Amino acid sequence: MEFFDNHKKLFGATFLLFLGLTTLVAILPAIHNQRNNAPLPNAEVLSDDAVKGKAVFIANGCVACHTQQVRNVDMDKTWGSRPSIAADYAGIHRTDIWRNTATLMGTERTGPDLTNIGSRQPSIDWNLVHLYNPRIVVKESIMPAYPWMFTIKEEPAKADVVVNVPEEFLKGKTGKVVATRQALQLVAYLQSLKQTPLPDGRPAPEFLYKRAEKKIAAADGAAQGLDGAALYATNCQSCHQANGEGLKGAFPSLKDSKIVLDDNPEIMVNIIMNGYNGREKEGFPPMPAVGTDNKLSAEEIAAIMNHEKTSWGNSAKQVTPEQIKQIVDAIKVKAN
Amino acid sequence: MKKKWYPQFIKGLLLTAGLISFSSLFAQATGKPGFYFTHLNGLLLFLFVLIFFMLAAVLYLKFKTGEMIKMNKRLKQRNADKNFDRYIANLNSKQIEAYLNYKRDGSSTKISLPENTNTLLKTISVFLLLSLNSGQLFAQEAAPDKGSVLGETGIIITIVLLLIPISAGIVFMVIKVLNLIKQNRNRLNLAEADQLAQYLATPPDEDTRAALLKRKEALDYTPAHNELSGNLSPQDSRGLISSISVSSALPVVVQKKRAVKRPNIDPRLSQLVLWYIGCAAFWLLFGTTVGEYLGIKFVAPDADHVSWLSFGRLRPVHTNAVFWGWASLGMLGLAYYTVPRVSNTKLASFKMGWYSLHLINAAVLLGTICLMAGINNGGGEYREYIWPVMLLFGIALVLTLINFLRTIARRTTKEIYISNWYIVAALIFGLVISIVAYVPWWQDGLGETIIQGYYMHQGVGMWFMMMTLGLVYYYLPQQLNRPIYSYSLGILAYWTQILFYTLIGTHHFVFSSIPWWLQTVAIVGSVGMVIPVVAGTTNFIMTFKGAWHKITDSYTLPFFLVGIIFYFTGSLQGTAEAFRSTNLMWHFTDFTVAHSHLTMYGIISFFVWAGIYTVIPRLTGREAPQITVGAHFWFALIGLLFYTVPLMYGSTLKGLMWIDGKPFMESVIFSAPYWLWRAIGGSLMWISHLFFAYNIYKMLTAGGVVDVKEAAFEKLNQKSESTI
Repeated sequence: MEFFDNHKKLFGATFLLFLGLTTLVAILPAIHNQRNNAPLPNAEVLSDDAVKGKAVFIANGCVACHTQQVRNVDMDKTWGSRPSIAADYAGIHRTDIWRNTATLMGTERTGPDLTNIGSRQPSIDWNLVHLYNPRIVVKESIMPAYPWMFTIKEEPAKADVVVNVPEEFLKGKTGKVVATRQALQLVAYLQSLKQTPLPDGRPAPEFLYKRAEKKIAAADGAAQGLDGAALYATNCQSCHQANGEGLKGAFPSLKDSKIVLDDNPEIMVNIIMNGYNGREKEGFPPMPAVGTDNKLSAEEIAAIMNHEKTSWGNSAKQVTPEQIKQIVDAIKVKAN
Repeated sequence: MKKKWYPQFIKGLLLTAGLISFSSLFAQATGKPGFYFTHLNGLLLFLFVLIFFMLAAVLYLKFKTGEMIKMNKRLKQRNADKNFDRYIANLNSKQIEAYLNYKRDGSSTKISLPENTNTLLKTISVFLLLSLNSGQLFAQEAAPDKGSVLGETGIIITIVLLLIPISAGIVFMVIKVLNLIKQNRNRLNLAEADQLAQYLATPPDEDTRAALLKRKEALDYTPAHNELSGNLSPQDSRGLISSISVSSALPVVVQKKRAVKRPNIDPRLSQLVLWYIGCAAFWLLFGTTVGEYLGIKFVAPDADHVSWLSFGRLRPVHTNAVFWGWASLGMLGLAYYTVPRVSNTKLASFKMGWYSLHLINAAVLLGTICLMAGINNGGGEYREYIWPVMLLFGIALVLTLINFLRTIARRTTKEIYISNWYIVAALIFGLVISIVAYVPWWQDGLGETIIQGYYMHQGVGMWFMMMTLGLVYYYLPQQLNRPIYSYSLGILAYWTQILFYTLIGTHHFVFSSIPWWLQTVAIVGSVGMVIPVVAGTTNFIMTFKGAWHKITDSYTLPFFLVGIIFYFTGSLQGTAEAFRSTNLMWHFTDFTVAHSHLTMYGIISFFVWAGIYTVIPRLTGREAPQITVGAHFWFALIGLLFYTVPLMYGSTLKGLMWIDGKPFMESVIFSAPYWLWRAIGGSLMWISHLFFAYNIYKMLTAGGVVDVKEAAFEKLNQKSESTI
């Protein structure tokens, strides 16, 4: 055929077909998307430190393992309270003339999603220890360690942020581990990663592919039981550790803890819902309001508490979801 | 818990093997999100097979016993003498000798009776036993399946349970009856043998004797071994035979066909192509050394604490080095040979070829340094080099495109061979996607992500795959010494590849916040990809038709074959991965990593190696030792399978754990053994690249061994010069 034997026509047609399809499925949708989406009105603008922290995040290729997108499927509920929407990314522009826009949505979830990490793990101390070497706080973690973002000082200045690193991870070095500005900026960025609630009480998109409710219909007709150990692993373990003993000097032990063993659950529920800073003198950093941040239900809190009250040699009176619900409601009323 | 896990385990098994990705296609077709279609149907099928086996066993027994009864009757009616004649006519040489020399005074009885073992019966009974046994094995495997099914299926389960002991009983009965038949048969045979012995004791008459002697002579005949060759010594008047080896030592590897040096190749072109391939080999070695180290870091995360070597920085170094360094340079090197050859003309400009080479090398080198120093483009995969670096690569593509177009424009053939379609198209597409992705004035917010999906997938499909296909359309027929099976199929694949592949980019962001319709378009396009993939595979496989035997004689064809197999399976696996249902369990896991290695390594790298082993001996006249080519092939193939299969299996289960709402850390701990397998497979792949580099070295250099003949003539020439 003449058409196929003429290189100008053949390759011209090839080019035009490809260009046309490219325009339809890539260029036009991209332009449409960037024109017709705006950031949510209540979205917080990144602080200067957070902007610099984001640059550190990009430079070290963290996106290779950490996504920043909550998909609209039920299994992603762990990572955020609502699916991510285009508006969440609309405020992100080109980093500079040399570097492209970094939405950092990612394609691999070798590590946890970070969309909402600022709410899920707000503790600056935990983040710094974890950065110095993740295996200090999460034994089985395979995340790289970033010790080069820290310096070791014999006599840290007053403004220095000292990180409590156990001796075995210092590899014979003596002195105090001090976070560099880079590390602090990176943590500032991580802390800034919070899902913005939708304005005017607008309903969020639904999570699809709902998981069938676990039916553990026991023979005695007891209500469905939540897996306290799994909930503990997701919400508490990274600080208080699997053995409940925490980390010496960094995170307090729950084993033999007075508060955990107390038959009156009120203080414990209060700490879970509102956080706690009563032991800073002993060197323990403030605990974040895990229950509020992670939107734990009364049933889930009860399951976690019962796990803590009956594990690692603890044996305290168990609590019921109803009991917890009452206390939680009271706390909410007080807060309002 | 157990109840819930088992079907998922089955699901996992079903899904893991990428090679059977069709099953997920099927599941999609039924419109169900999971793979629940198996249980009831599977049980019914199983039941049916079981009953079928039992029926077959019963029928077989009936037939056998009937046969036995008939035989008994027949034997009694038979005329004994006639029967003996039949035996005598069938004696072998030794038996004839024994019969004729038998001393019939009764002192010696040295006639060795032919051993009559009823082999047929044996084989049949063994086969039957085996087949029934396999039925039994199947029954055991499927037995736990019962637990997962409830309700009306309970009845089926009960029947299956009942059938298992019954079928075992039938198997037992069949064995018993067959033994009885055999015993009976042997009893009859022995009785007949008695009669025959008596008959043989009387001497044969003269006629029989003469006939038997003649028969013995005929049986003892052996040929003289020179019937075909004659008595003359061989001659090769046309010089068809070369490098005759008379050594009879046992070869360590099978000797494969040697490559033929092509005459009349412009030495400038040779040099250019060899430099491309040499640089590609370097980047392969470099890139996979980095990859290997990354694989180790999954197992030993504290291997080092150097910022330049941290995981997040090295990962793009690995991917980009093997993409733009290894695969791109390798393909381009082969293309620089192919384009002028199939145009039957000279390359338009060697200078531009060299510029391209330098630019690409510079881009990869600079890009690598930038990435390790922490300068990257913002995280999109394969788009990690910043645009000033990628610009060098882009200029190289422009130069190459112009060069190839000018070469094609001055072709001396009327038609444009299909290889050149694919190669030039790949260059055009590579340029378009780079420009769309890298122009620094747009892509705010999700615009970046939409372009990212487009760019990363077009990079793979429209740059690497397109050009590699073009190369295969030349090198495969060349190695098979047959024309491509169908030019039309190639053209169909070409246009459908452009039509469907361009659409599928956003399937990397299914369930994300990019528009739902765009995700759907991508999924539909992914299904459409079945057309070019099947067309291409058919074309390649059919080109092999009638030449399959050549694979055993060739050290390049195995590379082609593996490439073709992975082209089919890997590409269709991509289709299977694109569905929403499969995205649920596979997205974000290492399944994607396994897939990209199956394709970029299994398809692209294997095809490029095939081309390299084809082309270099034609340019230099030197071949790599076949044992190290073999080692390269097998280490690469086995390594790839060790890398991908466990990773796909583990990732499927990991995805199911996520769906099940297990704590994230649990899924990390769970993955550890699969990451170890990945590191092992990766090491094997890496070793294969050492062999590859060695082979390249051997093909490029003379190896330092002086050729006696050449040296002798050189000396002669020197002498004659000095005498003048």
